[in-house]
Formats: sequence, structure tokens, C-alpha cells
Amino acid sequence: MTSQILDARDVETVFDRASARRFVDAHIAPYANGFEFEGRIPEELIEKMSAAGIWAPFLPVELGGIGMDMVTLGEIHEEVGRGCSSVRSLLTVHTMAAWTVLRWGTPTQREEWGRALASGEALGAFCLTEPEAGSDAAAIQTSATPSHGGWVINGVKKWITNGQRADVYLVFARVNGTIGAFLVPRRTPGVHVRPIPEILGTRASMLAEVTFSDVPLGPSALLGPASGFAAGMVLTGTLDLGRYSVATGSVGIIQACLDACAAYTSRRTVGGSPLRSLQLIQAKMSDMVTDVRAARMLVAEAGRLKDKGDPSTIMATWIAKYFASTAAAVHASEAVQIHGANGCGPEYPVARYYRDAKVMEIIEGSNEIQRITIAAEAYRELNQ
Amino acid sequence: MSEIAKDQVLAFIRGRYPQAEISDSEDIFQLGFINSLFAMELVMFIEKTFAVTIPNDELRIDNFRTAKSMAELVDRLSPVPVEV
Repeated sequence: MTSQILDARDVETVFDRASARRFVDAHIAPYANGFEFEGRIPEELIEKMSAAGIWAPFLPVELGGIGMDMVTLGEIHEEVGRGCSSVRSLLTVHTMAAWTVLRWGTPTQREEWGRALASGEALGAFCLTEPEAGSDAAAIQTSATPSHGGWVINGVKKWITNGQRADVYLVFARVNGTIGAFLVPRRTPGVHVRPIPEILGTRASMLAEVTFSDVPLGPSALLGPASGFAAGMVLTGTLDLGRYSVATGSVGIIQACLDACAAYTSRRTVGGSPLRSLQLIQAKMSDMVTDVRAARMLVAEAGRLKDKGDPSTIMATWIAKYFASTAAAVHASEAVQIHGANGCGPEYPVARYYRDAKVMEIIEGSNEIQRITIAAEAYRELNQ
Repeated sequence: MSEIAKDQVLAFIRGRYPQAEISDSEDIFQLGFINSLFAMELVMFIEKTFAVTIPNDELRIDNFRTAKSMAELVDRLSPVPVEV
């Protein structure tokens, strides 16, 4: 334990892309296949991430953050996603919880949770999806009932990233005919966690099904207002940030595919020549180079609009996530193809990229939902 | 109520829906323009344009039904009259 603490102290603070890259190359990327095999992120890495200040640097200084802008935050999430999508997933859901506390929390709630979330002392998770409700948030069944001045929560949340490890859950529940957000500490009586060990991708993201059985909560558990209008906004805002993080992580996957394929095709020969000399390989590489740049620019644009407080960031983020995750799935598939049988085995990381990229097309609003939303943009100016 | 704020809100809504003819007292929820995405955009627009933070207890649908009610909200939240 002592050695881990000393080790964590040696970790450099992460405050921009370059420092994130150093952190990821030292502590994440070389071990990511192992994380996937074990199905979990080791506690030692979580401590190092805490020491690096990576969990919620966008929080203001008084809450333990450094007030980081969204463009820089996105670059850091991209670098983490380049190393390991499971680690980035933990970062994403934690970011959503911490941002919601910052944006919608009362001064008391910010004090209660801000520092713990900034330091990594408390890890957050985002609980929206249910066994019978995925991208259709309106269908959720989990309920919050007023009781003794506080609340009682009942329901089941499924596919909860970091559900196995998180200390506090941001739970969306039906309340007074609408949807409200609640902060539920994991140690509250009635919270039951069941790990989901087998999953297609992001296999180390410590997924769980979390059941809430008559979970008693005080009045300050409600985060933000519970009116129909406002609740939708809490959800929209939180998902928007999650989508942004997934978009950045998808860029990271494409970059990782590119790096892996450039190295492999330079080394591997066919008929005496390196694979890189084949035009069909060059075609695949050129598409990766082009798409990673395009996706990175879309993400940066969404980030810039966030930093300006510009409302058009929401659509920009939808588009960035749609483009980046679709491209990641395409290129991860090609990366496996380029690696041939080696791409199917455990020695190379591309099989992991392939599994993780598929998940990116589903989470934080499936790409079908994205396409419906983005298509509406095409007709908005015509038919109203 | 600030006429400037009202006009700016109206211009934002019309900018998003150029074909719609919306007056400052028409209920945009009843007209069917609002989804959660546009509601969020409206809140962000108001907070950015008028440099205010809308507290949770003002995030009521009645404050956002019309350009007029949004301008009144801005008036309540602005420490000084809005001058642009």
C-alpha cells in the first residue's frame, strides 16, 4: 500500500494533451490488453489517475479542479481513449456525474461532492439505461417517491459503466410524472450491485446491473429541479457531455488503429516487400489518416462551442459523435483486416479496438437516434 | 420589460426556425417547436447572451413559453437593465 502511494506521488499532473499522452503511454496503453483480459481496471491505476488530477479538472479551483476548458478536456479524453476505451469510459461517466453536480447542484451539493469527485476519492457513475429502456429515456421505470421529507428510490439500472466500482450513482428516476436526477451513494441501504462480466467491448469498464430496493435518501439527493421542463434539460446536458467524451474517445480509437497499422505494415512483409508498399494497404491507411483528422476537427469544434457557451454545441456534438464513432468502427474493422490472423489474436491490440469501437456506435444515444436527430436538422428550416 | 431582450430571444427562435412566423407572445411549446434539445439551446442562449445564470427554481416551463416571458425572466435575473 505504501509503495502504491509513493508511486502515485511520482505521477505527473495531467493538464493538457502532451501531459495526458505521457501519462497514457506510461501507465495505460501498454497494459490495456491486460485490463481487458482481467475485466477490470486495477486500483493502482485509479490511484495514479487521482494523483494526476485527471478525473474532473474542469471543476473550479475552489472545488479541487483547475477550471479546465472543454477543448483541453476533450484532448485529454482522446488520449486516454487512444490507450484504453475502458479507462476512458470510467472517465466519461465520472465526468458526467461531476459536471452535473457543478452545473445543477446547490452550493451544499457542490461542497458535499465536488472535492471528492475532483480528487477521485469518490468515483461517479451514470445510471439512465434500464433493462427495458435504452436510448428511449422517456420509458424509464425507476421511481423516486417523496417520503419523510426525502425520497425512496426503486428500480433496476443495467449496463452501468463502472457500476462495480463507483462510489456514487447519478440516477435518473421518474418523479411526479417527470424525470429527476438523484445522487445515490453506493453504500446506501438497498443498493445492490451485480457485475456483468461478459460484454462485447470495453470489457474492463466494470459494468454492472444496479438494483435500488426501497433506497432511502435525504432531501439533498435530488440534483437539480424535478419539473418536466428542467429535468429534460439536466438529462440533455449530461448526455451532451457524455456524447462529447465518447466522440473524443472514438477519435482516440482511430488514432490507435492508425499507429498500430503503420507499425505493423512497415514491419510485416509479403512476397519480400513490406505490406505498406501495397496500394490497397495505402488506400486503407489514407482513409484512416483523413478520418482521424476530420473527426478530431469536429470534436474540437464542438469543444470550442461549449467553451463559448454557444447553444449550437449540442448539434455539433451529435455530429462529432456520429462521425467519430462510425469512423472508429470502420477503421477498427480494417485494422483487424490489415493484421490478418494476428489481428484476431490476443498479441495485438486491434481486436480490442474492434470490440470497443462497436460499443461506441451504441452508447450515449445509438447512432440510429443520432441520425434521426441530425436528419431533422436538414428539414428544420423548411417545414416549420 | 426589456424590449431588446425580447427582440433578441425572438431573433434566436426565428433564426432556428426561419419559416415560422412567431410573435413575442405566442406559446412556442403549443406551436410544437420545443424538444429537449431546443429547450437546452434556449437556456444556453439566454445564459450566454445576457450573462446570467438561470437558477433551478426559475427553470419552469412557464418562463420559456414566449419570447415575452423569457425577456421577463432575463429582467428578473439581471442586476442592471440590459443594454446592448
